[in-house]
Amino acid sequence: MKVYMDHAATTPVDSRVVEAMEPYFSDKYGNPSSLYTAGLEAREAVEDARGRVARLLNGAPEGIIFTSGGTESNNLALKGVAFANRKKGRHIITTKIEHHAVLEPCEWLAKQGFEITYLPVDEHGLVKPESLEEALRDDTILVSIMHANNEIGTIEPIEELAGIVKDHGAYFHTDAVQTYGKIPVDVQKMNVDLLSLSSHKIYGPKGVGALYVRRGVRMDPLLHGGGHEFRKRSGTENVPGIVGLGKAAEIAEKEMDRDAKKLTRLRDRLIKGALAIENSRLNGHPEKRLPNNANFVFLFVEGESLILELDFYGIAANTGSACSSKTLEPSHVLSAIGLKPEETHGSLRLTLGRQNTKEEVDYVLEVLPKVVGRLRQISPFKTDFVMEE
Amino acid sequence: MYSKTLIDHFRNPRNMGRMENPDAVGKGGNPVCGDVMYIYLKIKDNRIEDIKFETFGCAAAIGTTSMITEMAKGKTLEEAMKITKKDVENAVGGLPPIKRHCSNLSADVLRKAIEKYLAEQKAKSGKKKGK
Ligand SMILES: Cc1ncc(COP(=O)(O)O)c(C=O)c1O
Repeated sequence: MKVYMDHAATTPVDSRVVEAMEPYFSDKYGNPSSLYTAGLEAREAVEDARGRVARLLNGAPEGIIFTSGGTESNNLALKGVAFANRKKGRHIITTKIEHHAVLEPCEWLAKQGFEITYLPVDEHGLVKPESLEEALRDDTILVSIMHANNEIGTIEPIEELAGIVKDHGAYFHTDAVQTYGKIPVDVQKMNVDLLSLSSHKIYGPKGVGALYVRRGVRMDPLLHGGGHEFRKRSGTENVPGIVGLGKAAEIAEKEMDRDAKKLTRLRDRLIKGALAIENSRLNGHPEKRLPNNANFVFLFVEGESLILELDFYGIAANTGSACSSKTLEPSHVLSAIGLKPEETHGSLRLTLGRQNTKEEVDYVLEVLPKVVGRLRQISPFKTDFVMEE
Repeated sequence: MYSKTLIDHFRNPRNMGRMENPDAVGKGGNPVCGDVMYIYLKIKDNRIEDIKFETFGCAAAIGTTSMITEMAKGKTLEEAMKITKKDVENAVGGLPPIKRHCSNLSADVLRKAIEKYLAEQKAKSGKKKGK
């Protein structure tokens, strides 16, 4: 059996999305900036997609800036706001559990003379509103806190956090790459000024996304040129990609509730079954978590071995183990929720998607104890991590 | 990323498991870093008669330890001491550069086990002579 359970990494493109994109490669290939029919046709498709993307977050279409994906949206939000407001202040607040597409721009901004505060999280990965209140300063210009974490699935109380910032006058940005199209996202209710989203996490094509920017937010562009996307992001639009994102948003609007209910049931079945394995733990919040996210630690085994073993059984999964990363650093998210390094090595993330079935979950639950058991047989550690000489 | 040989040793590890009453044990690595190897030896007439291993770590760590047990079995202690990291790496058909340092510790662990054994033997015979 082939089972794909890494939907937080990426999703297959929905066939309805492929169909919607198809005409915009070789048939309706006009440049949306051209004034003749072919251009107008492409412009109409882009604006139609903008409307759909905006509707799914309850924002104005003029607030949607199409980008090359979540990474660019985060970079544009952070660097764009930082540079446009640097006379007002140079302090930015974010958290220790953000995606690298937020953390790395922050590190870079720190080198340009900005000061960054990284808020801690509790053992479930939640940001404490008090810690945000304490961190806010007169020169704070931007707060960036993710809507849901990509590794452990914890959903942050954005409405409450953004409420605190609103009275203060700093802008609030949220990385909603893991939530947009999966759970309700409403920029009015959440009180956010900027929001990042990505197409390939919601059954759309890779390499396209958007940044929502509330009217009146001062933000410099990263890309200067022909003045596309309301002068915020120059470059001829990725028309087929944008059309694909628009279609993915349209489908999500209709099917999100049903999908979320189904995924929550499958997720809970998966969590219950996996925790029956000895010396296992769930990472993230027991309830405030994405409908499709399960993240475990299996003590005394290492995650990269686990992923390779599961792959032999046709199961695609993910780990936060250092040994699987390019830098050999353990997951900063698992460290931030208080896991010891030796524990982070044994982490496994399974993220469900629209096409997963109960049978697939049961297959994973049949394979998982075998795989963990085999690796524990090889491991010198059976009950603790002590290396007595 | 990994060679066929390494994957074979990862999936079908040779000489895997704990040894009852070994003549020498070598331990290396650190659970914090994510790679730990134990090598157990049975030694007779200066020769590795039997060898077993346990490893906590990635496929490279498990595969290279399995490989060194095959390379060392039946060798004299002097021959086994000469096995280098590079020999193990070559025997498994190469390793990704990032894995060369942290996961390929088995040659050090084997040497440590043998050195410990030789030191113990020396201490014992020293005592005997002393009597
Ligand atoms: C929370 C989060 N932010 C940003 C990104 C980056 O998005 P993209 O792959 O579209 O650049 C990802 C995807 O890995 C993510 O999970």
